[in-house]
Amino acid sequence: MSIEVRDLSHIYGQGTPDEQAALQDISFVLHGGEMVALIGHTGSGKSTLVQHLNGLLKPNSGEIIVDGTDIARPGVSMLDIRRHVGLVFQYPEYQLFEETVAKDVAFGPKNLGLDAEEVDHRVREALTLVGLDYEAVKDRSPFDLSGGQKRKAAIAGVVAMRPDILILDEPTAGLDPGSHREIMEMVKRIHDSTRNITIFVTHDMNDVAALADKVLVMSRGRLLTVGSPTEVFSHRTQLSAVGLDVPPLMDLLGDLKEGGLPVRTEIFDLDEAADEICGALKKQKEK
Amino acid sequence: MADIIQAENLIFDYSRPGSEETETVRALDGVSLSIEEGSFTAIIGRNGSGKSTLAKNLNGLYLPSSGRVLVNGWDTADDDRIWDIRQTCGMVFQNPDNQLVASIVEDDVAFGPENLGIPSAEIRARVERVLRQVGMADYREKTAHLLSGGQKQRVAIAGVIAMEPRCILFDEPMAMLDPQGRAEIMEIIRALHRAGHTVVLITHFMDDAAGADRVVLMDQSRIVLDGEPREVFQEEEIIRAAMLEPPLAVRLAARLRARGVELPPDIITTERLVDCLCRLR
Repeated sequence: MSIEVRDLSHIYGQGTPDEQAALQDISFVLHGGEMVALIGHTGSGKSTLVQHLNGLLKPNSGEIIVDGTDIARPGVSMLDIRRHVGLVFQYPEYQLFEETVAKDVAFGPKNLGLDAEEVDHRVREALTLVGLDYEAVKDRSPFDLSGGQKRKAAIAGVVAMRPDILILDEPTAGLDPGSHREIMEMVKRIHDSTRNITIFVTHDMNDVAALADKVLVMSRGRLLTVGSPTEVFSHRTQLSAVGLDVPPLMDLLGDLKEGGLPVRTEIFDLDEAADEICGALKKQKEK
Repeated sequence: MADIIQAENLIFDYSRPGSEETETVRALDGVSLSIEEGSFTAIIGRNGSGKSTLAKNLNGLYLPSSGRVLVNGWDTADDDRIWDIRQTCGMVFQNPDNQLVASIVEDDVAFGPENLGIPSAEIRARVERVLRQVGMADYREKTAHLLSGGQKQRVAIAGVIAMEPRCILFDEPMAMLDPQGRAEIMEIIRALHRAGHTVVLITHFMDDAAGADRVVLMDQSRIVLDGEPREVFQEEEIIRAAMLEPPLAVRLAARLRARGVELPPDIITTERLVDCLCRLR
């Protein structure tokens, strides 16, 4: 499984005075098993890009090849795209609508035309994978769940489709630190268990550093760079120029370095950072 | 200075549909809190800890099940004083989309003062002034719903300060914003505090709370810590038990001390930690 995007461009309001290029010449390849972070300032085109990947928007030019098929071509059935690509929107809990959690999660698999037994199996599997207790929540109204549980139930509805490519648009938006951690642990658990391509859109650079194999950086509708977190975050000044930060810990280490303490800055772990600082202080004293 | 808000032994119950019958949930369980005029207080806590319920009790949006809240000496349960209380203590909410009432920015900001019956020349002057205060003067005639989240939130704040409240309650005003929007709003909150407003900020961002004069940590419907940021953030165990994390500088400083680095006890911001370490070398 892979997804390849070639020279993708999208123009809003083409032919009108408000014409605006939302995406310009985007190209990248993602492979099965990769965990990918998509970052960029608000308005950089992240959401527009992910809406192309599941066929919600069609590009003005370019190709999106999923499993050998160009889904950007007219005539490709949406159902076929949805079999492969699942998109979890921002604040997905606002889209819960069924009487019970089990029915809500079953909605997608049912539309795939699966038989009742398989649907039931998928619902159990998806709820367990997102970290909800199937027996405890299946007959409850999704609206009686807590905020964090609602979000998990909504994500389960997409996971139950068993997409080869799972996209989550800011899955932690508006959550407190505890729920934030739970949701990101859940994203990792789903990815480890399915080994699909997972793409998450985020503003949280700690999550990028901790989870991503690959980072896509967007700015003003263009793909600025692609690389590992270490590669991407080593360009602190360039990121800052497009309104993006490095993880707070790297920022702190960068400030120390600028202040005259020679430390490595590509560190994402607190204990490792503490060791590095102690080492640097010791060396300075010996001089 | 005198206290502008006094909450005494607040209890707040609400009912929600349970599996069989409606159940009563105690969202505030004996909370007492006084807010000094001119101070900047951050109230932190996980979702469901009671922090937002507390804020809504502080300007009479909710009325306590028992106990009482005094704003400028007026009891929030006193119907005759409720408008005086709301005008003394304005509130900015989490979702800016839920707060904008008019389609044009300046009309939205003028809505509150118009309802106070202020002469229109004075309203115009106020709208002009508060939009400048939040950096939105150039957007006076723009359509409010087309603005970015951070810009909408700035307009919502302008609408509240146009009422000239002495105290402003911010209920997680940055939770739905991106990092840049968050930084802009935080800067406005600090400026309002410097300009003499009493500020109460509900947040789950520790680094924002670190800039306050006082931090109140809520968990399970009660206040579990209350003090200056440098005192509160030393209590790593209590903070973790409340499912939150101390600021980065506090966590890293603790690890450095454990490795024998001598650091002063009052480090809560990144700037100060960097400064101390660069002096050590």
